[in-house]
Amino acid sequence: MNMNRDYDIIVIGAGHAGCEAALASARMGFNVAVFTMNPDNIGQMSCNPAVGGLAKSHLVKEIDALGGEMAKVTDRAGIQFKILNKSKGPAVWATRVQADRALYRKYMREVLESQDNLDITQETISRILIKDGSICGVGTTEGIYKCRALIVATGTFLNGLIHIGLENFPAGRAGEPPSVELSQNLAGLGFKLGRLKTGTPPRLAAKGIDFSLMGIQESDIPLTPMSLFTREITNPQLPCFITYTNEHTHKIILENLKHSPLYSGIIKGIGPRYCPSIEDKAAKFKDKPRHQIFLEPEGIDTDEYYANGISTSLPREVQVRLVRSIKGLENAEIKKFGYAIEYDFVYPTQLNPTLETKLIHGLFLAGQINGTSGYEEAAAQGLIAGINAAMKIKDKEPFILGRHEAYIGVLIDDLVTKGTREPYRMFTSRAEYRLLLRQDNADLRLMEKGYRLGLINKGQFNRFLHKKSAVETEIKRIKSARFKPDAVNPVLIKLGGSPIKEDTTLYQLLKRPEVKYADIAVISPSNNGMSADVINQVEIQTKYQGYIRRQAESAEKFKKIEGKKIPSDFIYKGISGISKEIVEKLEEVKPLSLGQAGRIPGVTPAAISLLMVALERRRRS
Amino acid sequence: MHTDDTIAAIATPIGHGGIGIIRLSGRDAIKIADRIFHSPKGKSLKKSFSRRIFYGHIINPENNEIIDEVLVSIMHAPHTYTKEDIAEINCHGGPAPLRRVLELVLKNGARLAEPGEFTKRAFLNGRIDLAQAEAVLDVINAMTEQSGKAAVEQLSGGFSKKIEALRDKLVELTAIVEAYIDFPEDDTELSASDIRKRASEIEQELKQLIDSSRHGIILREGLKTAIIGRPNVGKSSLLNALLERDRAIVTDLPGTTRDIIEEYLDINGLPIKIIDTAGIRKYRDIAEKEGVERSLRAMEGADLVLLVLDGSEELHDTDRELMEKSNPAKTILVINKIDLPQKIDLKNARQAIVSQWFKDENENVIPAKAGIQTSSPDLIGGTRTFEHWVPGQARNDKAEQKIVNISALKVTGLDELKGTIVETALHGKAAYTTTIVTNVRHVMALEKTYASMNSFMEGVNKNLSPEFLSVELRDALDAIGEIIGITTSEDILNKIFSNFCIGK
Repeated sequence: MNMNRDYDIIVIGAGHAGCEAALASARMGFNVAVFTMNPDNIGQMSCNPAVGGLAKSHLVKEIDALGGEMAKVTDRAGIQFKILNKSKGPAVWATRVQADRALYRKYMREVLESQDNLDITQETISRILIKDGSICGVGTTEGIYKCRALIVATGTFLNGLIHIGLENFPAGRAGEPPSVELSQNLAGLGFKLGRLKTGTPPRLAAKGIDFSLMGIQESDIPLTPMSLFTREITNPQLPCFITYTNEHTHKIILENLKHSPLYSGIIKGIGPRYCPSIEDKAAKFKDKPRHQIFLEPEGIDTDEYYANGISTSLPREVQVRLVRSIKGLENAEIKKFGYAIEYDFVYPTQLNPTLETKLIHGLFLAGQINGTSGYEEAAAQGLIAGINAAMKIKDKEPFILGRHEAYIGVLIDDLVTKGTREPYRMFTSRAEYRLLLRQDNADLRLMEKGYRLGLINKGQFNRFLHKKSAVETEIKRIKSARFKPDAVNPVLIKLGGSPIKEDTTLYQLLKRPEVKYADIAVISPSNNGMSADVINQVEIQTKYQGYIRRQAESAEKFKKIEGKKIPSDFIYKGISGISKEIVEKLEEVKPLSLGQAGRIPGVTPAAISLLMVALERRRRS
Repeated sequence: MHTDDTIAAIATPIGHGGIGIIRLSGRDAIKIADRIFHSPKGKSLKKSFSRRIFYGHIINPENNEIIDEVLVSIMHAPHTYTKEDIAEINCHGGPAPLRRVLELVLKNGARLAEPGEFTKRAFLNGRIDLAQAEAVLDVINAMTEQSGKAAVEQLSGGFSKKIEALRDKLVELTAIVEAYIDFPEDDTELSASDIRKRASEIEQELKQLIDSSRHGIILREGLKTAIIGRPNVGKSSLLNALLERDRAIVTDLPGTTRDIIEEYLDINGLPIKIIDTAGIRKYRDIAEKEGVERSLRAMEGADLVLLVLDGSEELHDTDRELMEKSNPAKTILVINKIDLPQKIDLKNARQAIVSQWFKDENENVIPAKAGIQTSSPDLIGGTRTFEHWVPGQARNDKAEQKIVNISALKVTGLDELKGTIVETALHGKAAYTTTIVTNVRHVMALEKTYASMNSFMEGVNKNLSPEFLSVELRDALDAIGEIIGITTSEDILNKIFSNFCIGK
């Protein structure tokens, strides 16, 4: 143990938020220590063994473009790759990867261990040390560690309480102790804490499962990686299986609701509506005859399956009956029982968009502690907290992404401006500029920022610039040359499109729904060899140009209001016409801009108008 | 919140004769004015020097219809009130054309100004000095309060319920589309026929709302107007003629009384609320004495009184009584049935009334009867002079009753009557400007919603991917949100989670 060692930045917790935070800070040149209760659980996927999905893969690809690690580790641990929503447009395509749980931990740990400036410390932190309103270190049972910034990424560990049936016991995750002192410590510092709940389903042994009775879902071929930097996916690919609950299952559940901590009033924390327990599904959607269960392989070297869809906190014996009522699971053995966990979270309106707390300088919070759920949401916050802790120590401008730039921007803005009452998950419907924030253009949106932060290296950046210019050159080319009907019509007719009468550009042709890039390449190929990536980008930017431009225009307006900054010491009280309630809300959130102020629930356009005048008055006086 | 787009508003209260100014300020102020302005000499506002006034017409570029004869003044930035380019359109045709010109500039690229926004811009652009900042805040406050009041008044009742219901349907449709996008692995689906059906339902309701709001029916607080008179003088026919609707009087026979007690109409852009229409229609069936009492009550609560007399008959005592007890400042005498031979002798009657009034000066004009609950000193008897008859600011005006001859049945003289109504109503009153503007805001918002729904439908027919359809629905929600507040993505998620069983 390094007694009394000093660090620039300390990270508590080595889950998805903690890992990205520690790596970003260390890569930006600071001495970092990440504290974990158990290094074997670095990068633990405590819920289902999959990364990505709608809006979540968008986050992962943004993390990737900013030099984070999640996408790369996911690809290395990936055992099934799928693109969801392929029938819809590219803005809402999403990559989902089933990952080998053990491999994910292994590779993430390797990355952390091989990172310069980064120590992994197995100690439990019980105290946050403050001096003059700023972080100065942490206290463990072993001693004191000094630091200039602290990132708390403790997940569900704060005051965690696991429920199975009517029994419950303190725990951070199954089999791990909770962090009670830290929670008390945060409350003592003046933070307002709330309580949330989440749950997991039982995990089953493969040998009792009759897969022949189930639907099967395999990888999409070719395998499309999550990360821009992945050249090859080497793991063997494993399928998932699909089965359903039935009326009998529902009967078992409904008869045992009295033994459910959720329905007997023991659980007080608010659970996620998008990830309901099977108790909720059976009780609230009684007219649905069946609910889907997705059996996800836990990994290559294990025979465990994660029964996604039957998250439950019913007593163990009921879980056994419940599982065995399901087609194909009649003889299934439960290896780990499902459980619900309640934990403390910090109301995120107490944070700045940098994820630094307003209360204590140098204290950053990231991940589930801020009321989110999901590995991807956690990792995104970890990255931003890690970057901003480093920027703060460097005394540089904070790194804040706008809602028009990234899902990460939407995520953090929602949290710090509106707060949350249930575990917050990202959906594409939360993004106003969904058609701009695609997973295919995460690099175009963010990689230059990653490079400037020092998280993307020169070689990576040069490759990116090369791609960017290839896309631009090709769009310019297909926009410029005009072609005669007799050159174009044979191709159009073959595709079943209506022929043209006047000269046109390839660009105009490519806008037609029936025309693909390959078709215009038949009329006039490019002289430059182009990667599939470039072709894809040319096609998307051309086909959706109308909608993209529309959203880009409103994003411009958004940027303007966002650019109207509010000084952090601005006093809201006493502006005539702004009600006391609105003043309180503004004081609580302390918005950085007029735009952010306008998004605070309950703040009226009239109040913003008055605020504008008051800001100008202050500027001039 | 955008500070350099072009805003427009009615800049002056609608004054006597309905003269009003529409002011545009911002980048495209002059360009937008030019788009709808036509000078007989072919002059272009865009090429004009600063501080020039042009004579011409406002013409709807869509159909070349002439809306009003106007004077337009052009002022170039920065030597203007807002330090931006300003165009001011002086309209002469009364409230209706004024409102249409406002709608036209909004359709051609301007945005309806927020309360106090011209003053706000003047301050933000440095035209108003710091010392007056507090005053700027006060202007914004006062105007917000005023327009807020108008909006609330107009939104109460049926209109607001309709808008709420409409928004709910929109949110539901959006939830279906969004659920299909975000939860492809749950049992979400998108049936073109289902969303087409939902969308066309929304479109139809929007259309109805736009039509009815154009006719002023959505205006909650119009000018409270009473139509009074003894039985058979033609009150019902007058009401019907004003409503421009054919309502057979036969259905008003006892036992078939309608329960509508208020009717709304739009007279040359001025919102009018006819009160106690049941009284108007039922009058013929009730005792004359009770009828008079009812008329008096209606008169008392009214801003404007149409006292109907039958020109084909001589004056009855009841007519005289009603004339005596009416307030000349707010009363129009409507002589009906001019299509029949005329027997009424109003000149003498007026003389008679006035002399009678002075003769009775020291007596109780109206005996304090049971059933007339009123606190108005003007109507409870007692000693008074002619001055008492004329309330408020009109006190010093010459109390002259206006007289209009019509035939409700043949629909003659109605335009003159409408003109007189507007004159009387607007005399010294400005509150209607706010009402009109609020109404324009609603209509524009509904039309924008409607346009977005059209684009949505077009997208559905073109088989567009749902994320594009969603763009149109979000636009529609934003537009309707200008009336009842924004719909957040949280509202949509709430709908998704309550309607669909989401989540593995």
